[in-house]
Amino acid sequence: MAPTAPSVPFLSLDTVWFQVAGTLCNLACRHCFISCSPTNHNHELMTRTEVRRHLEEAESLGVKDYYFTGGEPFLNRELGGILEDTLRIGPATVLTNASLITRARAAELGALERGTRYSLEVRVSLDGLTPESNDRIRGEGCFEAAVGGLRELQGAGFNPIITVTRTWSDEEDRELRARFHDFLRGIGLARPRVKVLPLFHIGREADRTRGYGAGERLTEEHVRGYDFWNLQCSTSRMVTSRGVYVCPILIDAPSALMGRSLRESLRAFPLAHGACHTCWATGASCRN
Amino acid sequence: MPETREWGDPELEGPLAFLGGPYNNHIALRAALEDARRRGASRVFCLGDLGGFGPNPGKIYPLLDEYGVVAIAGNYDISLAERLADCGCGYTHPSDNEFAQRSYEYTSRRTTDAERRWLGSLPRAARFRRGGRRWHLCHGSPRRVNEFLWESASSDAFLARLARDAEADVVLCSHTGIPWQRTLPAGSRFVNVGAIGRPANDGRPEVWYALVPPGEETARFIPVAYDHDALAREMEAEGLPPEFIETIRSGWWTTCLEILPAKERAKGRY
Repeated sequence: MAPTAPSVPFLSLDTVWFQVAGTLCNLACRHCFISCSPTNHNHELMTRTEVRRHLEEAESLGVKDYYFTGGEPFLNRELGGILEDTLRIGPATVLTNASLITRARAAELGALERGTRYSLEVRVSLDGLTPESNDRIRGEGCFEAAVGGLRELQGAGFNPIITVTRTWSDEEDRELRARFHDFLRGIGLARPRVKVLPLFHIGREADRTRGYGAGERLTEEHVRGYDFWNLQCSTSRMVTSRGVYVCPILIDAPSALMGRSLRESLRAFPLAHGACHTCWATGASCRN
Repeated sequence: MPETREWGDPELEGPLAFLGGPYNNHIALRAALEDARRRGASRVFCLGDLGGFGPNPGKIYPLLDEYGVVAIAGNYDISLAERLADCGCGYTHPSDNEFAQRSYEYTSRRTTDAERRWLGSLPRAARFRRGGRRWHLCHGSPRRVNEFLWESASSDAFLARLARDAEADVVLCSHTGIPWQRTLPAGSRFVNVGAIGRPANDGRPEVWYALVPPGEETARFIPVAYDHDALAREMEAEGLPPEFIETIRSGWWTTCLEILPAKERAKGRY
């Protein structure tokens, strides 16, 4: 019998995520850990009213910052209003593939950013520095579309954080990061920012490469003396149309649904998933 | 390491000076202490991170003694005292960590056992009452010594919760190196006092500290000019990274930038 999974304590609700586009995306990346696509309705778009209700609760709980993801957040027509509501009470980050960022949208975001004392971050996913390497994972035409979106963001005064899923070895790490920096400078982002995330072997990625093996599970031994502040599940929660989940990664796991409200979700969670092992082993956090 | 030191004396009602991390910058520290003395500060507090970045760590300690500075521990001081492998600054990006590690190893090599013991005796926080309000001094945040409280990344609601949990009305912190302050709708106040050891990424070589006049809670952020060229030359002689020396001369941060939120990053050159 497998040993019992250790639990992550709930320490503090600092960060609240919104699956604001549900699992709906204009792309269908081959490594997507929640298999987002134009037709995946596991989690639905969230309305401004729905988000506002959770924001009010979050503010009353003293939340520090907010993140918006999907799917593709810009598929949600109410995103502008949602960000406006959010930036009144705290900093916000939007995770996008940038393919839907037109000049008008970038200008709208720029106006929101200038109108608040809080930071509005835009994070753009990219998986390669050429159409071939990027589009192999993200789909045909995605590279050009993302670069177009990046240019619009840059023109509107943003310095987006490029998020790359790590598909290379330790030895190649320094060189690849440097190449991403050079590439971003080349398209006009003079102060390049790159965030690297690990692969999670769930969702569509489990089909592309492999799922988690039986050995990729955390035991009490792994977390003895461990500083649980390093795991985002001790200090954040993810809100989707279906309720509040323990983290942004596990929204397809029924056991990760913690409740209908943030308050109901503020408790320990068993680190029983392969993805938990990835966060622990890589020190990954979905935060900026 | 003691958790909190409670203070209570009449001098606390006078002008108070709060200095962020000296980071080995003994020339700026002396200039700031002289400035605070000239302005009549009745007590001077240092919010930790005595080492890092600058040259010749040993020069900081006699100054604190000479000017009667009350210091609390920063993450750097804890790391040195406990002989940890890194400074514990809390950076999350490899390039930030790489530069942080270079200055930590330099400082650690030049820190004596006696200095480590003294650093280990510093309290994590200091508290006192002033004007009927509870003041709480910490390095990062009241709950985490290496938590970054950036102006653009800290919601009112979050700061109010930190103050409430710390049972404080006025919280003074440092760690980020850029000064700011805010009165919260709930009535509590946060002051990030900046740092003495490194300019505030504003393109001027001066460094900043916070002075709070008698009967007030609002800090005045005071720029301190010092012989930064002399410091830069000393850093060169010590073989410290040219990137650090450029910051001392230009006032722009060149390293450990990835941790900055968008608004703070946009104000700098790099």
